[in-house]
Amino acid sequence: MNAKEIKKQFPILDQNVNGNPLVYLDSAATSQKPLKVIEAIDDYYRRYNSNVHRGVHTLGTLATDGYEGAREKVRSFIGAKSIEEIVFTRGTTTALNLVASSYARDNLKEGDEIVISLMEHHSNIIPWQQVAKKTGATLKYFPLQPDGTLDLEEVEKTITNKTKLVSVMHVSNVLGTINPIKEIAEIAHRNGAIMVVDGAQSTPHMKVNVQDLDCDFFAFSGHKMGGPTGIGALYGKKHLLEKMEPIEFGGEMIDFVGLQDSTWKELPWKFEGGTPIIAGAIGLGAAIDFLEEVGLENVLKHEHELAEYAMERLSEIDGLKIFGPKKRAGVVTFNLDDVHPHDVATVLDAEGIAVRAGHHCAQPLMKWLDVTATARASFYLYNTKEDVDALVTGLVKTKEYFGDVF
Amino acid sequence: MSSKLDTLYRQVIMDHYKNPRNRGEFDGDTVTVNMNNPTCGDRIQIQMKVEDDKVTDAKFVGEGCSISLASASMMTQAIKGLKLDEAVAMSNIFSDIMLGKEYDDERFDLGDIEALQGVAKFPARIKCATLAWKAMEKGINDHK
Repeated sequence: MNAKEIKKQFPILDQNVNGNPLVYLDSAATSQKPLKVIEAIDDYYRRYNSNVHRGVHTLGTLATDGYEGAREKVRSFIGAKSIEEIVFTRGTTTALNLVASSYARDNLKEGDEIVISLMEHHSNIIPWQQVAKKTGATLKYFPLQPDGTLDLEEVEKTITNKTKLVSVMHVSNVLGTINPIKEIAEIAHRNGAIMVVDGAQSTPHMKVNVQDLDCDFFAFSGHKMGGPTGIGALYGKKHLLEKMEPIEFGGEMIDFVGLQDSTWKELPWKFEGGTPIIAGAIGLGAAIDFLEEVGLENVLKHEHELAEYAMERLSEIDGLKIFGPKKRAGVVTFNLDDVHPHDVATVLDAEGIAVRAGHHCAQPLMKWLDVTATARASFYLYNTKEDVDALVTGLVKTKEYFGDVF
Repeated sequence: MSSKLDTLYRQVIMDHYKNPRNRGEFDGDTVTVNMNNPTCGDRIQIQMKVEDDKVTDAKFVGEGCSISLASASMMTQAIKGLKLDEAVAMSNIFSDIMLGKEYDDERFDLGDIEALQGVAKFPARIKCATLAWKAMEKGINDHK
């Protein structure tokens, strides 16, 4: 895989920011989009924009083919059995909320337990807090090891026969930890619980196979994998989705509507009320094509190398502290001496380097790390070792700058 | 390092960051407000001693970036001795400065505060600078 060649396919990366070539290191927040995706969306709006599943006319058929074709691409991309198991959503948050608001509220009761981990993103915490409040179930957390990983023995201890639902992120957006989902799912199932996975940070970077993981639900977003914002998907095992009630009602999702009562379409459409995110799905389909051409195994290998190189180079900087385990995905979170991460990010921005600063939507994890905020550099297939070098140079300048003013 | 950056990190701001004025807490009766910046996790507590409609003293504690803490330091200095209405009026002037608008520079001696003008050119940092002022305003409004 040649990252420099790949970079050329992302028009946005070819620009100067604050007088310097843009070094984009915030792909864990959102990835940039390859030309192929931008063109697919442009083509849809120029050539065959139309509503789906109803028009008899030609454009309606083309739009439906585009939208449903994207669903098939998602199915194959994550290894689901059938398209009935792929529900398009607005993103990971909406997908997790669908599981919480439909499945969990209807199936959990007082005395039951939900277990998540301390490293979760807010979108995999708050929906379960709300379920716990509504149903009387208890929300528990897997503790973290000192290096920010999960220990399967602790997982085994925390899950009990009262546990009905376990939800864990596949890859941490802060620590880069890759969690052993398959093993946790096995423990959950052995105890009669279902396994939900927040795949927002894994799907863009590694080959996911939901059947191999044997998770019951898997949520991810398109915009972190080269696709547009506003589209994502929920995978659910068919027998679970079949029993679930929709949470949004209206057009597109009905079978028959009477004066007092209505029935729903079959899977997956009963969960897709209203005109769906047609252009978004088509854009996501194009992003999948793009990633499959490159090969997810190459993407992961490249990011492992970049993360390793970044950790090595960053550790040369005196006073820089890196959070999280040695073995990780392409996310490096750090703090620099007493310089607040916001100040770090502002100085880097003046050099054209985009990093994230803040709590990364993981306040319980920040508390566990005993920091209010951190800076984060995250990599994708278009990043190069030169980008890491620019980051290191920028951080050295940041240190000098704040050293001078102090 | 770029000169644009120097418009943000002025010497006087760094001085307030490094040597914050009025950092600490009061014992006894005060108007106390805690406020977060939910987008970044910054936290601040502002305490004001209020007598006869006047802020007689002010202190702050908090965790945050150079801009938010320097701004808190300057704010607590500036409002001492002001009537409650005047403190709110000064906060409004500060908002105008942050929005890059024309502002009334005659009503109060703004002193160090004007050094924060450069923040207006860094939209992502405006919320850092206004946090302490928003907290102060809230304290006064709740007190009224």
